[in-house]
Amino acid sequence: MAAATARYSFGADEHVFVEFSEDMSLESFFKGMAITDALAKRKVPGVTEICPANASYLVRFDPDVIHPNEMLKVLQQIERDVGTAELEVATRIIEVPVLYNDPWTHETLMRFRERHQDPKSTDLEYSARVNNYPTVDAFIDAHAGSPWFVSMVGFVAGLPFLFQMVERSKQIETPKYLRPRTDTPKLTIGHGGCFGCIYSVRGAGGYQMYGVTPAPIFDPAQKLPYLREFMCFFKPGDIVKYRKIDRAEYDRMTAQVEAGTFDLRIRPVSFSLKQFLADPAGYNKKLEETLHDR
Amino acid sequence: MTVEIVKPGLATTIQDAGRPGYYNVGIPLSGALDQYSFRCANLLVGNDENAAVIECTLLAPELLFNVSAIVAVTGADATPRVNGSPMPRNESFAVKAGDKLSFDFMRLGARGYVAIAGGIDVPVILGSRSTYGLGAFGGFQGRKLAVGDKLPIGKASNTAKAGRKLTADLAMPLPKETELRVLPGLYFHRITDASADNFFADTWAVAPEADRIGYRYKQGRPLQWRERKQPFGAGSDPSNIVDAGYPYGSIQVPGGVEPIILHRDAVSGGGYAMIGTIISADMDKIAQMQPNYKARFVRVDMDQALAARGDYKARMDRVRKALA
Repeated sequence: MAAATARYSFGADEHVFVEFSEDMSLESFFKGMAITDALAKRKVPGVTEICPANASYLVRFDPDVIHPNEMLKVLQQIERDVGTAELEVATRIIEVPVLYNDPWTHETLMRFRERHQDPKSTDLEYSARVNNYPTVDAFIDAHAGSPWFVSMVGFVAGLPFLFQMVERSKQIETPKYLRPRTDTPKLTIGHGGCFGCIYSVRGAGGYQMYGVTPAPIFDPAQKLPYLREFMCFFKPGDIVKYRKIDRAEYDRMTAQVEAGTFDLRIRPVSFSLKQFLADPAGYNKKLEETLHDR
Repeated sequence: MTVEIVKPGLATTIQDAGRPGYYNVGIPLSGALDQYSFRCANLLVGNDENAAVIECTLLAPELLFNVSAIVAVTGADATPRVNGSPMPRNESFAVKAGDKLSFDFMRLGARGYVAIAGGIDVPVILGSRSTYGLGAFGGFQGRKLAVGDKLPIGKASNTAKAGRKLTADLAMPLPKETELRVLPGLYFHRITDASADNFFADTWAVAPEADRIGYRYKQGRPLQWRERKQPFGAGSDPSNIVDAGYPYGSIQVPGGVEPIILHRDAVSGGGYAMIGTIISADMDKIAQMQPNYKARFVRVDMDQALAARGDYKARMDRVRKALA
């Protein structure tokens, strides 16, 4: 793999920003994961935040403890050490149930229609068309058909950005709204540019809206079993597989969430970038077998 | 042992030194926006300097004390009044149970800090008592204060006393026009040289959209971006990048029109190119800017940024010595 040298830039006196590539790629993401993991393990005094992102990462540090130039040297050394190492991660695959074409995102998208590039279609109709799918159902099948990588967590608390695990030519790509909405239902499944997301809380947003999941992914009260460890569920490197559900199943799950008995299907998995790139479809099939204990 | 909210003010929250360590999952630092005034307020009432205080924004609240306490008010210039009688700013004073503390309008500055001896004793979440509004946790029930809220007050230290005073030279300056020092970087190379010059030459005014998440500035000339084919995943506008982490103090310019400086409740990342970052020593100044206050951005290098940081710390140390 051609290991391009990262671009390093200071964010004033407390941050270093490191960009692997201007465009999104799994190689850049994995390099960021490997380096930020290595940095976390070194427990460098003065480092206060380590934030991997899609094709870059951000470190915040205390320059009274470690001089910015020293901080830079540490990060550059880790990049050299990680170098061309096998990009493999031990992670987990999670099944996320989705009610596509639900009434709540539909009501919201109608309310903000004048901010959309195609006010006469719904977000699903528009996204199906610009991605050359004959029907909304075919588009939904593609959306739910492959796994997605959590390539970044942030914007607001616990919100995952997701990168579809298919060849670039097959990736869903849609523009964001012309002007951002001031409202998005919580737990909306969104898509903008080449990234998917799950809105962890209700609020502003500019991504196309396709459905909602009944599964909370951020809860300061930490009521559900999978949120007990931490109030934000997702971590960069997680793999998500959506599963289409109908309204009856959605309502049943929502009742379980209320009762505190709802849980997610989560399985540990080890992911090899090399093997994935060699045969994405075959590799995804194996991931799905792991998810379903087959 | 409570203080009750009679009138909530515009955006009144409980804040402390902040909540570092969770930015990687989108939970920002939070904490008092003007850390200098916040620490001064605590030191004036004999608190640990990181104790939780009440942060007031533009329009301060009215408070009813259900307990006698030592109080200090710092930051924005709004005269405190106890039962209608004016009290000094930057000096600790005593209030009795049943007293009402109110404030005049903020003549200068945008954020006032009310420290109460013993601190505001709301639960510690992830290491901090600060309010994080978007995540609806921390502070008092994860939100701005509202009428009827009863704030629990901790036990005052035995050094709490009235009449402890911050000398005028150590109070937070509250200018209507200020210079904000910037270390260019991040995606600075994406704007043209002429735009970079304009950015530093123009005078910018604080827009109405200015809060704990970010401060928007207007009235400068729009920025031009260097021509390029947009990278895969970045989005179609030339100000778009593949979504990345946003440093605190970083300056993004959506569409090239109005710069936004992210502050302590920052969104942790997104798809707008940042052209540089406000140095740590100048972040408190932003907190004290009202809408329409003017700023000029001044280009500095790392050595200057670190020197300014040293000056800031030295000043803080002088406050600690003076109020010890």
